[in-house]
Amino acid sequence: MSSSNQKITPFHGGLHLDGHKQVSTQTPIASIPVPQYLHIPVPHNSEVTATVGEHVLRGQALTTSSNSMTPAIHASSSGTVRAIEMHAVVNRSGQLLDCISIETDGNDKSIEPLAALKPSADNKQECLDRLRECGIVGLGGAGFPTAIKVATDKSIDTLIINAVECEPYITCDDMLMQEQASRVINGAETLASIVSAKEVLIGIEDNKPEAIKAMQAAASNAERGKIVIVPTIYPSGGEKQLIQLLTGKEVPSGGLPADLGVVCVNTATATASYDALHQGLALTERIITVTGAGVKKPGNYLTRLGTPISKLLDFAETDHKVYQQLRMGGPLMGIPVKDTSSPVVKITNCILAEAAQPQHAEQPCIRCGDCVRVCPAKLLPQQLYWFTRATEFEKAEDHGLFDCIECGCCDYVCPSNIPLVDYYRHAKFEANNIKSERIRSDRARIRFEQREQRLERKAEEKAALRAAKLKKLKEREEAKAAQQEGTQDNKQDEIAAALARVKAKKEKTND
Amino acid sequence: MRQVLYALIPGTLLMSWIFGWGVLTNLILATIFCLGFEILAIKLRQRSVKIALSDYSAVVTAWLLAISLPPMMPWWMLLIGCCFAIIVAKHFYGGIGNNPFNPAMVGYVVLLIAYPLQMTQWLAPSHMVEALPSLANTLGVVFAGADLTIDAVSMATPLDTLKTELGLSKTLGEIRSTALFGTLAGAGWEWIAGLYALGGLYLVYLKIIPWQTPVALIAGMGVMASVFTLAMPDHFAPPTFHIITTGCILGAFFIATDPVSGCSSTKGRVIFAAGVGAIAYIIRGWGGYPDGIAFGVLLMNMAAPLIDHYTVPKAYGQSS
Ligand code: SF4
Ligand code: SF4
Repeated sequence: MSSSNQKITPFHGGLHLDGHKQVSTQTPIASIPVPQYLHIPVPHNSEVTATVGEHVLRGQALTTSSNSMTPAIHASSSGTVRAIEMHAVVNRSGQLLDCISIETDGNDKSIEPLAALKPSADNKQECLDRLRECGIVGLGGAGFPTAIKVATDKSIDTLIINAVECEPYITCDDMLMQEQASRVINGAETLASIVSAKEVLIGIEDNKPEAIKAMQAAASNAERGKIVIVPTIYPSGGEKQLIQLLTGKEVPSGGLPADLGVVCVNTATATASYDALHQGLALTERIITVTGAGVKKPGNYLTRLGTPISKLLDFAETDHKVYQQLRMGGPLMGIPVKDTSSPVVKITNCILAEAAQPQHAEQPCIRCGDCVRVCPAKLLPQQLYWFTRATEFEKAEDHGLFDCIECGCCDYVCPSNIPLVDYYRHAKFEANNIKSERIRSDRARIRFEQREQRLERKAEEKAALRAAKLKKLKEREEAKAAQQEGTQDNKQDEIAAALARVKAKKEKTND
Repeated sequence: MRQVLYALIPGTLLMSWIFGWGVLTNLILATIFCLGFEILAIKLRQRSVKIALSDYSAVVTAWLLAISLPPMMPWWMLLIGCCFAIIVAKHFYGGIGNNPFNPAMVGYVVLLIAYPLQMTQWLAPSHMVEALPSLANTLGVVFAGADLTIDAVSMATPLDTLKTELGLSKTLGEIRSTALFGTLAGAGWEWIAGLYALGGLYLVYLKIIPWQTPVALIAGMGVMASVFTLAMPDHFAPPTFHIITTGCILGAFFIATDPVSGCSSTKGRVIFAAGVGAIAYIIRGWGGYPDGIAFGVLLMNMAAPLIDHYTVPKAYGQSS
């Protein structure tokens, strides 16, 4: 089962880029020694269970979450929790994040691994819990919890292993496949069992002949698992693009691959899932490519999560005077590193030292349309840009703003050097704000209307009550008046009668 | 945009060969004026002159205007045309990228409306006169307003002649038998158009312009011309005659392909270009001006935002 006669459906646009991959594939994967300090960022909506001063072991969970889907984070070596405080991390906003800082003790002692779990159709929930417990997320760069991805109750035909690694410079998946192909195949098998997929397609770009060979050999004795070679064109490793390449189908806008009966998972994620289920190991390390200008020992390094980026750079003997900027990730989608004390995290696939590039100032858009030609999402990037500039975020949304995968192809070709993706991120942020603002104001309006209605109802009830009371009062008064009238009448009658009697008497006396 | 200039060179050279120095004076003066106005506007708007000039867009505008105008234009008319093209059509609207109208065509149309007589007087092609105006004569006309024996050497373009003479109820065959006309279209003109088309194909080959635009424009004009020719072959020139004109070819490859004032999507561009071709044909046939490419472009410029609105392509994942 390793032939490659799968039909390839090309996607729109894309770029032919210089891969610079050979630079970091010359040496085998090396391990970075455990550093003295590890800084592990606390994920969103998680509660820290570790306490300052506590001694923790490798693989020990440090957080829990009320959200049953939020994966845990773990101590990546043994040591003492020294602080839980704000620390520099790599993110676009440049904000500090709460991090758990562990001073390692050099023993690197681990907790007992969990019991092996063999995935089958009957223990899906158990498997999902295990993935979450072991902190498995997408290691390709998105960091999406794997448990959520495979939790789908849609019927899945195809599991796609994304081994494309299309962004230049990055080779961590390439080396993983070259050295540990059978682990990747095992991982694919594991995930395929969880989602009950009928077929497993492993997409690899044709610029990785070594990895393809190793994977084909490993897949030849696997039950499922077909290696599909895809052309080298950025961003063929984008989830949506890979699905289109392999299945010819497009993930519906706003939908999920599962809507097409597809689940797509990155190579390293598959092996981490295998480790979690079969070895009972939490995710505490990953392979990271360190490469670029001034890196004297470019290569791939097995690194504990939480290791400061500076340690990696030192280990790879980086000359800090040569590069101009550091990036976590590749040159197109990577995030600039502002502080090298920031730790590597689950999504850190590459540390790239970029050489000084001639800086061109942003120029006005000349509507040349180059961006349209390369956009794999088939958008009109220049229109999105104009709408964003005009703060017409809703119009941008109508033009598919949220279908933009932020691949950066448009940026790359723009002759006016417009940082287009930055504009789209901003636009998405604003459009989301407007949406939540609208939801909020809608809620407020509904609340207001309900209150108004309530008040109105109350007022009406009050009025009705008052009216009823009034009516009663009136009735009572009328009754009283009637009674009084009645007594008066009686009196008059009596008087009249008395007068009559007197008259009669008089008449009698007169007679 | 430098490639666009290269692509214009062969056609322009042949044009100067056939019409003389007047083509080059147009070209040189328009370039100087357009660059001057561009620098002035950029300075006034306090932008970087170096960056503004580095895209060559002002030179492209100058060249397109210069070769659209009859040769030997007086300098002050060129000055007016360039002023409208660069200052009014481009910088009043916020500079490159923001101009809704094609600057060169704005400059051309302003001159056409203001000086219709001069604008329709072309020099006779070299094969019809004994000698082209000398350099001295040319400079005299351009700078000193010398009236030279202009009647002796000036005449209407083949398109214009066709229209006038059809109006005099001559048949197509009679009209086309004169020396002004060649095998397919205007004598001499057809070769110039051919060289411009060659330059255009070079740009298509380099993917600097999308192939759909010239194809759609030529198709727009061709379909219109075919319909009328088939109906009344004596009164309407065949599509080849209309297509192999410098107006149509320049329009198809160099003018309607201006991305700034055109449409964004491929579908939009096709509609835009086909519209230019069709409108140009209508104006050639029934309008008050000999050629309609410029008006076609400006009219479609107006329609471009609307076309864009209705031709937003389906993004990935939106088709199902
Ligand atoms: S590539 Fe840049 S200049 Fe060209 S249309 Fe797109 S955004 Fe505008
Ligand atoms: S970043 Fe967005 S708009 Fe730009 S090319 Fe990629 S998908 Fe298209």
